[in-house]
Amino acid sequence: MVLNSILFYFFSALAVGSAILMVTRRNVVHGAVYLITTLLATAGVFLLLQAEFLFIVQVILYVGGIMVLFVFVIMLVNLDVSLLQYQFNRQRFVAGVLALALGAQIFVAIKMGQKSLFPMTRVPQMSPKNTEAVADALFGHFMLPFEIASILLLVAMIGAVVMAKRRV
Amino acid sequence: MQHLLSPSIMRLVLPVLYAVVIVAVLPLMAGYIVLMERKVMADMQARLGPMRVGPHGLLQPIADAVKLLLKEDIIPEKADRLMFWLAPLVSVTMALLAYAALPIGPAFQIADLNIGLLFILAVSSLGIYGIVLGGWASNSHYSLLGALRSAAQLVSYETAAGLGLISALLLAGSLSMHDIVMAQYDQGMWFIFYVPIGFFIYMVGSIAETNRAPFDLPEAESELVAGYMTEYSGFRWSLYFLAEYANMIIVAGIATTLFLGGWLRPFAGYHDHMPGTSIELLDALPALLVFGVALYCLFLAPKQPVRIQKIVMALVGGLCLAIAGVLAGSLFASPAVLQGVHGAFWFLAKVFGYLYFFLWFRFTFPRYRFDQLMRLGWRFLIPLALVNLITMAIALLISREWGWSLRLTSILAIVVTLAVAMFLAKNDEVDSAVPVAESE
Repeated sequence: MVLNSILFYFFSALAVGSAILMVTRRNVVHGAVYLITTLLATAGVFLLLQAEFLFIVQVILYVGGIMVLFVFVIMLVNLDVSLLQYQFNRQRFVAGVLALALGAQIFVAIKMGQKSLFPMTRVPQMSPKNTEAVADALFGHFMLPFEIASILLLVAMIGAVVMAKRRV
Repeated sequence: MQHLLSPSIMRLVLPVLYAVVIVAVLPLMAGYIVLMERKVMADMQARLGPMRVGPHGLLQPIADAVKLLLKEDIIPEKADRLMFWLAPLVSVTMALLAYAALPIGPAFQIADLNIGLLFILAVSSLGIYGIVLGGWASNSHYSLLGALRSAAQLVSYETAAGLGLISALLLAGSLSMHDIVMAQYDQGMWFIFYVPIGFFIYMVGSIAETNRAPFDLPEAESELVAGYMTEYSGFRWSLYFLAEYANMIIVAGIATTLFLGGWLRPFAGYHDHMPGTSIELLDALPALLVFGVALYCLFLAPKQPVRIQKIVMALVGGLCLAIAGVLAGSLFASPAVLQGVHGAFWFLAKVFGYLYFFLWFRFTFPRYRFDQLMRLGWRFLIPLALVNLITMAIALLISREWGWSLRLTSILAIVVTLAVAMFLAKNDEVDSAVPVAESE
């Protein structure tokens, strides 16, 4: 139990810390590396919750797929320009107010829902085959929303192809 | 003594032991794969290959390793030092981490995860960051271009290779590497015979993923010097090298587990005991084979030109004799020991057989051009993999619902897929004949 707590705080600290570093780094590639660390740390939290399938999907899709494309694009664009630009723009005031509002919302939400929160003393035991549990949920109960989301993605993909290639 | 060997302690100790063995043996194996590569290349070009260091060049990998470790370590002045330092480590760590779920024998597996296959795929695809960041950190055009090519190639071929694997996963019904092998034992057939097209797609995809010829565009020496490794030297360079060969063994291990029956011997479900004993004829085969090799080595030993080479050759013969002894001795031990020892033998034999194909392709096919590579991946392999997956799923469904034999329906699925493949190839020919004039 102690080990679980230590691991949880380790992964959380890693995720939050590297998320902050990602935003503050000037160098875009360093930022991307910190984002990868954040995603991996989040995957670690999934693993602590015994959601192995979510863990591996997070690693394969976000770290192994999307971030590779991110890094790929970053290397194609000219980095020197971004080094000379202002890192933070002048809307600091608005951003600060928005951040405060969001923080207040989260605080109130936690405060109001405190009675319904319960301290998790034990990870709920999942069945060892949680790949099949995910499949059952996606292709059984949530079939329609799942298909709608897939069609949305397909439309976005076709749209991107059409925009990139004027003569189809 | 009794409580030291209790199951709960063994459950912790054994995986650590396996991990240490794998990390220790892997660099040696990588070195000997290089020797095998040079020898196979020499054979295909009617040459001898390395002959000087040790009998028939058997000590060449050790000489190479010493040379690499003694080389000067250079970091370019304008490189991003942290990333330059980190990149090879990422590559080699990810390559080694993937071994955690690879089953070398029924018990010789560090961790039998229930998402084993996905774990190996995910971790080995993270190795690309080593290549991409290394290429970027070198601050050199050749390195950057090599890294970009590598990323594009990996993303394209990983899709096809993954779809190829799924066709076998349908049959296995599990992502655990152990259960996949056991499914092949239960069904009495290696999955390569049910989904040969899936195996072919995975093979092509895995060659492209490991950046091997004919898909070695990221390190094409006639265009990019050495690609992403151009600025690396000495130990860091050898880390990349180790990662590349470790990845080759990983993809060979995945193919062995999914398509070639893992640690199972050929005809695993067929038992014919020799009269009067519990020994099976096929189980005696590995011991006899290695014994033959040992005899050949000992026969060759006196014919070596130099005295030291005679001694080394005799030592190699002795080593083979010892291995043959272990293989033969396990015939008389309990079934668990027999399966463990022979499982490792068959697994390694299949892995090296698969790697032989890699070498064979490297020395027979000319390198692809980059647009040809992309066309092959996106226009041929991915559609073919999708069709293969769908036909195989239908074949499985028919055999489950209507009770047809899976052997029959899988053959029908293969025929349909091959017809589609011919259509795709013909279509591709027509398309590629038209000059490419899409970018304006």
